[in-house]
Amino acid sequence: MANDIYKTDELIARDIDAYLEKHQHKTMLRFITCGSVDDGKSTLIGRLLYDSKMIFEDQLAVLEADSKRVGTQGQEIDFALLVDGLAAEREQGITIDVAYRFFATDRRKFIVADTPGHEQYTRNMVTGASTADLAVILIDARKGVLTQTRRHSYLAHLVGIRNIVLAINKMDLVDYDRARYDGIIGDYRAFADQIGVGSFQAIPISGLKGDNITSKSDATPWYQGPTLLEYLETVEIDQTRMIERPFRMAVQWVNRPNLDFRGFSGQIASGWIKPGDAVRILPGSTTSTVARIVTLDGDLSEAGAGQSVTLTLADEIDCSRGQVITPADQPLEVADQFEATIVWMAEEPMIPGRAYIMKIGTTQATVTVTDEKYQVNVNTMAHEPGKTLALNGIGVCNIATSKAIPFEPYAENPDLGGFILIDRLNNATVGAGMIHFALRRSHNLPWQTIDVDRTAHAAIKNQQPRLLWLTGLSGSGKTTIANLVEKKLHAMGRHTFLLDGTNVRQGLNKDLGFTDADRVENIRRIGEVAKLMTDAGLIVLTAFISPFRSERRMVRQLFPKGEFVEIFIDTPIEVAERRDQKGLYEQARRGDLKNFTGIDSAYEPPEAPEIRIDTTRLSAEEAAEAIIESLSMSF
Amino acid sequence: MPTLTHLQRLESESIHIMREVVAEVERPVMLYSVGKDSAVMLHLAKKAFHPSTPPFPLLHVDTTWKFQDMYRLREKAARDAGMELLVYQNPEAIARGINPFDHGSLHTDLWKTEGLKQALDEYGFDAAFGGARRDEEKSRAKERVFSFRSANHRWDPKNQRPELWKLYNARKAKGESIRVFPLSNWTELDIWQYIHLEQIEIVPLYLSAPRPTVIRDGLILMVDDHRFPLRDGEEVRMRSIRFRTLGCYPLTGAVESEATTLTEVIQEMLLTTTSERQGRAIDHDQSASMEKKKQEGYF
Repeated sequence: MANDIYKTDELIARDIDAYLEKHQHKTMLRFITCGSVDDGKSTLIGRLLYDSKMIFEDQLAVLEADSKRVGTQGQEIDFALLVDGLAAEREQGITIDVAYRFFATDRRKFIVADTPGHEQYTRNMVTGASTADLAVILIDARKGVLTQTRRHSYLAHLVGIRNIVLAINKMDLVDYDRARYDGIIGDYRAFADQIGVGSFQAIPISGLKGDNITSKSDATPWYQGPTLLEYLETVEIDQTRMIERPFRMAVQWVNRPNLDFRGFSGQIASGWIKPGDAVRILPGSTTSTVARIVTLDGDLSEAGAGQSVTLTLADEIDCSRGQVITPADQPLEVADQFEATIVWMAEEPMIPGRAYIMKIGTTQATVTVTDEKYQVNVNTMAHEPGKTLALNGIGVCNIATSKAIPFEPYAENPDLGGFILIDRLNNATVGAGMIHFALRRSHNLPWQTIDVDRTAHAAIKNQQPRLLWLTGLSGSGKTTIANLVEKKLHAMGRHTFLLDGTNVRQGLNKDLGFTDADRVENIRRIGEVAKLMTDAGLIVLTAFISPFRSERRMVRQLFPKGEFVEIFIDTPIEVAERRDQKGLYEQARRGDLKNFTGIDSAYEPPEAPEIRIDTTRLSAEEAAEAIIESLSMSF
Repeated sequence: MPTLTHLQRLESESIHIMREVVAEVERPVMLYSVGKDSAVMLHLAKKAFHPSTPPFPLLHVDTTWKFQDMYRLREKAARDAGMELLVYQNPEAIARGINPFDHGSLHTDLWKTEGLKQALDEYGFDAAFGGARRDEEKSRAKERVFSFRSANHRWDPKNQRPELWKLYNARKAKGESIRVFPLSNWTELDIWQYIHLEQIEIVPLYLSAPRPTVIRDGLILMVDDHRFPLRDGEEVRMRSIRFRTLGCYPLTGAVESEATTLTEVIQEMLLTTTSERQGRAIDHDQSASMEKKKQEGYF
């Protein structure tokens, strides 16, 4: 019986070429199964694999032996054992993670995400659902719609699954009672309406007995609908939806085999493209036209959603990983503040204001939750106030990213609206999110015009604001010199402020360490604070190693021309190490101090500083004088 | 635009995974075992980076006990792809003369498990592509596409990252590495169909031919070279055999078959009743053995 549905053995034996030809045109359906611990989920999947002959004789022998040893079905085969994979969970008798199973029929290949049903594993269900086209929600006919049913349905809906199958299981244990079945459907419909699930397909089944799984059951003559497998084989996959949307492709990798070829590789998220199409690269304002669609099998005349391709453009333009190629006349929105739903997946709670790394499409940015609007109670769907998000918590939040991100709302394009959050210290994936909309467009965000502006602030202090940026190795004398400069300026009646390790690292930046990423963020924040202070009319001095050119350039770009003064405190490392007042070099040489500039982390000296101080020739006092003098103070 | 077939979707997904790795890690490598899955993986790599040569070397963790046909194809495949081929043999296993006849599971431990760790450490690779599929074995059904290994190469089933959508988190601390499985969602049939469709070159041992064999412990073993010690009463006989999976020749059981073409092999596979891994001696102990191997660092 099963053979007829899954594998046409006869055709395979008679004409393998015809069979292969037929099978090359199969489509693929990915679905998840959700149910509570005892709803019979593993049994159902085991049954689908078993009936599809995906279980071979040797596996069957193991299964039969295992069934007798640890099974829950007496001497009968326990199908659940087919899918409960890891040894640890087999002993506990529960599935604890997402497992992927495969089976195929003549029409389709199926990938099943088997996700656990109990409460603490919302994380796993969201993970499994994120790649699914359809959700099979299991209900125990004896128990009806439970809290867990609601939770699973809500999560499936949240992740954007439009196709829901309500598999009312264990019908054998309620004597295939139609009234019971209809009652459950009624209950579920009321709930489905409440959370916005438009339609669903209900099927009365028994995973254990095989009713309405692959063939119509004689025990449910009152049921006229499809069997579960029939439905899975024929349900329309929403394949046309993405192809009908505007073209979007996030650049994954720039393909440069030689100087004559520059291709942009990526997987097309939506729409389609052909040579000659005018395109725009976002973020930015660059435009060009598609020259070729390059593949190993020759150039394509067109390519569409889902395909991995390499595009070349007619013009030599800058385009790198993280940027998105769109039609010139249908660009994406670019923003740095969003409202999003966040699902938290880590033991350590999400804290608003803490910086995480966000990966969206092929780009990464630093992100903070600026405001948690409410949490969703997945059992009652109630909106509840909250300050943090615990493991498995779901919250609607405002978030802000460190840079502008091209995006689409998740509901319209999951590839460009879904993101993960990564812990900056241990690199774990701690959360997942779905963008609803941008709070405002960053690229046309005007600063509020205020009457008391930076000119007014400076004028009242009778000075020109400046940022005196001292950079150099640890022990080069930056802080000593900066202190002396500030004293002299103060004596001249100037309004100054000195930012250094002691007042920044212990407060504003105490969450940052000394990895490259943290150093970058450290400098970015200092730059922003200094910017605010110069807006307030102050002369700001900073004394930080600031080892990377790119960050110093980033800060420079925040300021009007002439206001940023880069001062290179030039001390050779041997000299700095000889001074080593705090004993840091010694620790770093021993390996006790990691990422120490000059030892195991690079220092990139300024190429064209406004002022260069050679401390092997000048004392600190002389250096301070020289700085004041060379500024030829227009204060 | 026509809808993508399941093979086109799988191909596109694998290419996407490979490009992510190359874009995000420092020193990737492709583990190349010369088997049919490796052949598909290598073919996909060529597609992913064309017209560039795949920007990573191939690494074969050798045991010196592979089939001679495998060594021949190994050299040719690397040459055809224009890729660097690194062959690593655990010096300790060489020194101790470890072989599958005398040393049982130690053979796999030292040559493969230890050899792989040593090779990754020696070259400083921080990501290694492997051809494993989730459909191969139960414990692999839960394996991530990006599987994290601690600095001492251990796989911790409790500490794997959730994978959502197409977003793979490749960030890691110094010393940690990632095993990446671009073929995670392929099944054995998908692999064969793809080889057929794309005309990918595979080791001839997958096709049936008369070969010298003995039957030992219920397995049909091929006497591939002079190092095969015959036990009393064993006699070498020509049998028409092929292999469903390839490894060290003294550990790999053949099936008797008349399938001399790829389509005939697929035909036999579809009508067959035993699973692919049964030909491998290491899995037979208990059904959770692969999981234990994996925790110890076997690929």
